Amino acid sequence: MSIKTEHMVLNMGPQHPSTHGVLRLELELNGELIVNVKPHIGYLHRCFEKHAEAMTYPQIIPYTDRIDYLASISNNFGYAVTVEKLMGIQVPERVEYIRVIFGELQRIASHLVAIGTYGLDIGAFTPFLYCFRDREKILSLFEMTCGARLLYNYIWVGGLSHDIHPEFVRLTREFLNYFRPQVEEVNQLLSYNKIFIERTANIGILPAETAINFGMTGPNLRGSGVKFDLRRNDPYSIYDRFDFDIPVGDGRMGTVGDCWDRYFVRVLEIEQSIRIIEQALDQIPEGDVSSAIPKRIKPPVGSVYGRVENPRGELGYFLISDGGLNPFRLKVRGPSFVSLSVMGELCKGHLIADVIAILGSIDIVLGEVDR
Amino acid sequence: MLELFTELTGNALLGMIINSLIPLVFVIPLALFFVWLERKVSAHMQDRLGPMITGSHGWLQTFADVLKLLQKEDIIPADADRKLFTIAPILVFAGSYAAFAAIPFSSAYIGSEIDMGIFYVVAVSGLVVAGILMAGWSSNNKYSLLGAMRSVAQIISYEIPTVLVILSIVVLAGTLNLLKISEMQTAYFWNWFIFGGPEPGLIKFLLIPFMFAGFLILYISSLAEVNRTPFDIPEAESELVAGYHTEYSGMKFAMFFLSEYANMFVVSAIVSAVFFGGYQSPFGYLGNSLGISWLVPIEQFFWFTAKGIFFVFVQMWLRWTLPRLRVDQLMAVCWKYLIPYSFVNLIIIAFLELYR
Repeated sequence: MSIKTEHMVLNMGPQHPSTHGVLRLELELNGELIVNVKPHIGYLHRCFEKHAEAMTYPQIIPYTDRIDYLASISNNFGYAVTVEKLMGIQVPERVEYIRVIFGELQRIASHLVAIGTYGLDIGAFTPFLYCFRDREKILSLFEMTCGARLLYNYIWVGGLSHDIHPEFVRLTREFLNYFRPQVEEVNQLLSYNKIFIERTANIGILPAETAINFGMTGPNLRGSGVKFDLRRNDPYSIYDRFDFDIPVGDGRMGTVGDCWDRYFVRVLEIEQSIRIIEQALDQIPEGDVSSAIPKRIKPPVGSVYGRVENPRGELGYFLISDGGLNPFRLKVRGPSFVSLSVMGELCKGHLIADVIAILGSIDIVLGEVDR
Repeated sequence: MLELFTELTGNALLGMIINSLIPLVFVIPLALFFVWLERKVSAHMQDRLGPMITGSHGWLQTFADVLKLLQKEDIIPADADRKLFTIAPILVFAGSYAAFAAIPFSSAYIGSEIDMGIFYVVAVSGLVVAGILMAGWSSNNKYSLLGAMRSVAQIISYEIPTVLVILSIVVLAGTLNLLKISEMQTAYFWNWFIFGGPEPGLIKFLLIPFMFAGFLILYISSLAEVNRTPFDIPEAESELVAGYHTEYSGMKFAMFFLSEYANMFVVSAIVSAVFFGGYQSPFGYLGNSLGISWLVPIEQFFWFTAKGIFFVFVQMWLRWTLPRLRVDQLMAVCWKYLIPYSFVNLIIIAFLELYR
């Protein structure tokens, strides 16, 4: 005679310390083993896309800040690139360089949050504070330029809201010199820690084919060993001028596409971002940052899809214009939203503790999942 | 000490009560101090300052916190098992407090000098397990239940290597009495059991590597017994919110909290008693050389506390450096590595003792 036992259903979130926001995961458990994971989203839905239809093009920019609040500059960047593509605006050289510098600083800041909170999820508290300490320094650079620390409203269609501070270039160089050794510190505390490797290697393996089928982009896709980066594969702005590598997961500690690979791709990307920023700082030309900003933004009738490499992957804006002052339709393709869909696939057969490790490794921002 | 109190009060019962209250007077301020120390240690490790406002360098912070917790509403969840929910924190605190009874603070004071002192400490610590399981079950919360289950599995598993290592010291010392074990390791630090024990000879030097192995095993499993990182799985914040004490608030929560820190000291005291001479000074006593006999117990008390605090500090150091193991890995560490190693260690030490 066999005893019939029921599976326990555990609600993880929306109030839970490590769901990275207001995500609710419905876990079906067999003991501590995961049978099924159902993500429930929508707790942070703000009707961004519908709002956008009622606003003029410049008014939308502050809203794009709030899509992915850890990478506001990248969101501004993507939106500006999309509208400029539709209107055929050529922005000044200086603007392009400043955009790239800010985009990459933002990528470092965002990856620092990802790495730090991942350590927190695994139980290592200290790297988290080290990462945030360094992130604060980046935020101070942003604050010096545009006055805000989180939601910048900095990159406008055709230009920038402000020129950089006269001291910005020097201070950024100083920061990079300070920051480069700090990455090694995080590596020692976290990346090569035996316990950390035990917790993340061979966990949540995402094969390249599955990753592509689910539409994963960014570090999550590259962690599976696919060398795909929009900055290289579909260059926008002036990314084709810089020399940088695209790190991919190589299964050094376990299998290609495990949590450790996804995590470590981010660490390596920080180093590449530093390289890009250094090159850009060397080449940045003098000039004006607001001459190309149109007085009235009225794109011609038509539609356009613009995409940029957000720290979390491909951030795409699909814009339909009817020739008026407001967009007819603005659709956002968020990388976190797509990445979250793979959770159920990755978690099956793992333990509860692994759910946290997997969720942290795909690095979602709920603001962008729900929009 | 008991005789002294009985003489002073002229009443055996009153003397006994005073005698048994001494550890409490010691343990509560100590636990409060550890909470403060933990915050400062973690803060300085993380480039922060930690509490700075309440008192100089925030030393009053934990008193303020306890005052706040005392004033808080005592919430019992509607579906909780009220009786068990109330008993659980008391039982947990009682378990960690009772352990102090057999720990020698100095040659002059031990709560109760029983001949199987160390056995008693290990056994009475088991009460904590029951308390934790009660807390997890009665909260009627899935996170609490999972946390309690993990905790019980963990503590019971890790008791085995702990006991095996302690047994190897018992083989050398020939007694379970913690006071006698401490007394043996007198005079200088090379008489401590970590350096092969008090008896000189070749065997003493042969014992040293096994003693170090035993110490590491004991220290690792004591980390697991008090749920400290890397074994803080029962209260793994990122997975189980707060584990078995998720639903607790106010003073009941403070009881869990204080007993956790008291427990940290208990295991450190045991580690220092069996390996590091307990209350013994590493290099003689000032009181003996000056001829002031009453100074010696005070010095002993100082060394006992200092050693305990040092090992607690190492626990904190590990906590703020290491990530957390997963629950199955935790069990693997215990059953695949610690238990076989400690068993082999015990057998080797027993043989060496046999052919001494």
